[in-house]
Amino acid sequence: MRILLPIVLVLATAVLMGLAFIAPGHAEGTGMETSAAISGLSPDASDPERVLHSLLTNVQRRQWDAAFQGVSKSNGIDEASFIEDWKGADGSLRSFSALEGFDPRPLHITNDDAQMRVVLHWSTPVGPIQNVRDVHLVREGDAWKAVWPKFQIPSVPAQVVPVTYLRWDLVSGGSEELWGSRNIDSPNVRIISMNAVDTAEGAVIMGEVVNEDTIPAFVTVNAILIDAAGNPIDEESSFDKIDHVLLPKQVTPYRVDFPDIALKNVKNVRMDEKASLVPASADPVIGVMNQKLDSDAQGKAVLHGDLFNESGETVNIPHVIASFYDANGKIVWVADGYVERALLPQSSESFAVEIPKSMAGKIQNFHVVVNHYSLEGS
Amino acid sequence: MRRFFVLVGVVLAGLCSGIASLSAVCSAQELRMPEPVPAGDDAIISAGGSGKGTFYLIGPGISRKSDVNLADDIRISGQDLRNAGAYLVIVCSSSCESGTLYVTPAKPYSLAFIVHPSRVPVARNDAVSGVAFPFDQYRNLVRTPLDINFELGTGKGSELSHSARTQEGAAWFRTSSGKSAEILKVTASLGDISAERAVQQVASDPCNLRITGGRTKTGIVVQTEPVHDCAGNPVPDGTIITFTAEGPQGKATVDAPIKKGIARAAMEGNGMETISVASGVVMGNELRIGAQP
Repeated sequence: MRILLPIVLVLATAVLMGLAFIAPGHAEGTGMETSAAISGLSPDASDPERVLHSLLTNVQRRQWDAAFQGVSKSNGIDEASFIEDWKGADGSLRSFSALEGFDPRPLHITNDDAQMRVVLHWSTPVGPIQNVRDVHLVREGDAWKAVWPKFQIPSVPAQVVPVTYLRWDLVSGGSEELWGSRNIDSPNVRIISMNAVDTAEGAVIMGEVVNEDTIPAFVTVNAILIDAAGNPIDEESSFDKIDHVLLPKQVTPYRVDFPDIALKNVKNVRMDEKASLVPASADPVIGVMNQKLDSDAQGKAVLHGDLFNESGETVNIPHVIASFYDANGKIVWVADGYVERALLPQSSESFAVEIPKSMAGKIQNFHVVVNHYSLEGS
Repeated sequence: MRRFFVLVGVVLAGLCSGIASLSAVCSAQELRMPEPVPAGDDAIISAGGSGKGTFYLIGPGISRKSDVNLADDIRISGQDLRNAGAYLVIVCSSSCESGTLYVTPAKPYSLAFIVHPSRVPVARNDAVSGVAFPFDQYRNLVRTPLDINFELGTGKGSELSHSARTQEGAAWFRTSSGKSAEILKVTASLGDISAERAVQQVASDPCNLRITGGRTKTGIVVQTEPVHDCAGNPVPDGTIITFTAEGPQGKATVDAPIKKGIARAAMEGNGMETISVASGVVMGNELRIGAQP
């Protein structure tokens, strides 16, 4: 019995390891790969699915040379721009992200070309992000190669962009400690709209806040749900679903999520907006161009557009927050999304913000604000 | 036997004289408290009697114990009487006697002056208020009625002068904000004591927000005319102006700060564009720019 148990365990382990190598799998989650992706083995170049799988696995492992072997050179892409496409640059969100997994699926395959759709799962400092890419593969001789779109590394010509600096200084008063000697009022901010909706994930409180003051404000919005007996059910904050730094007269949407709470149990909502005086810069100015409601490749409703950096300062991580309104001008949804590439001076980057299906039909208008994070201080 | 009775007599006489002397001390301990003393001044208490005793002082922010000679006056240092209020004085020897010593605030030394708000839009009725509290040098609120003079002025001179008498240690005023966006200096004075505060009078919401614009090689440039409030004050730089363009390519928005009095934004689009402008909840005019030829 003493000998039998270890033998059984060793055999079971060996069988499971064998199954793992034989079974068709992908790199997501466990990190187990198919034989084609194992380092030192070449992919089965006769199968477009395996070629793409191998390419993405090598990307995931940051084995760029191996990954680039699976890319067709027909469109003149070079390895440096291929790498930058995946690695990111300029302190962008992509440069802090890692490809955690991918789900490829064929759209159509013929003898000479194939169209694959792959969902890429990224882990990022702002949480998991998914994006969808359509990849075209062609047969080159006996091997399949991915036709990777040539990534244009943004090139900004050398120039001087004049900036009028705006700055707010706080004079904190003299050394006397008497009452009133150091009184500076907090910025005056006001919630100008609010709505509560039920979603599959829980209750959502959303609306807009305006800085009515003449100084910049750091704003947080908290909401407390109260039940019929007057007891608090839950308290949450808007976290990153708000543009925290508001310049004078600036409006930001906010959204507070209450997971797993139904609105039918809520009698009242207590809003608590807090504002404090912060140093802030009036730059960069980011324009939101070509905003349109549309459907993405997966048929989901999205608001997409382009961000244009009108300033001379690189925005490392742009963050888009959009508020959506119904025909009566009532706010019905707030959504946000991070742009994975840095927004260089005088250049554009596209963005897309997903809208839940249940809301898409109600939306008649929208407003987008851009929150920005710069490594040199936001 | 005779000796025994003599000894007993001597002991009883001693006891009696001791009891008699004790009763004499207790009856003499009638504390004579002084009139209320100003904070920081010495106070003298007379206990009467003779012999040694223990003196206790319990008051706001202090509790002290010391040995005293009951035949002498008990002097309490002004250092121990800095806080205005009632102090409990106890003197104990064979028994204890107590009294209350009242300490009043000293003469005014400083003014705590609270002015609200620190920023106010121009031309708001009853928008500025201030409260002054006179304190002595030990931070005791002086509650005796005093006349405090409030003066409000800008760089151009005094705009308002108002005198108010303190009630229970507080005097206050309320007034409207001025008409021009500038620093309003508010001074409260009491004799040669004064305190100054600053209220920033700021422009109100933009008024008659108007934009102009035109096509460039790459798109559209729009800018506001100098942005003022309805009283003609320039809206401060940094105030966000939101430009919105609607055209065949979709909607474009730019949140641009006012710099040097105007806000400017560059927008893409080569079709017929309708551009609107807003600042906070205030809307401006609409501008139509034709398609690029």
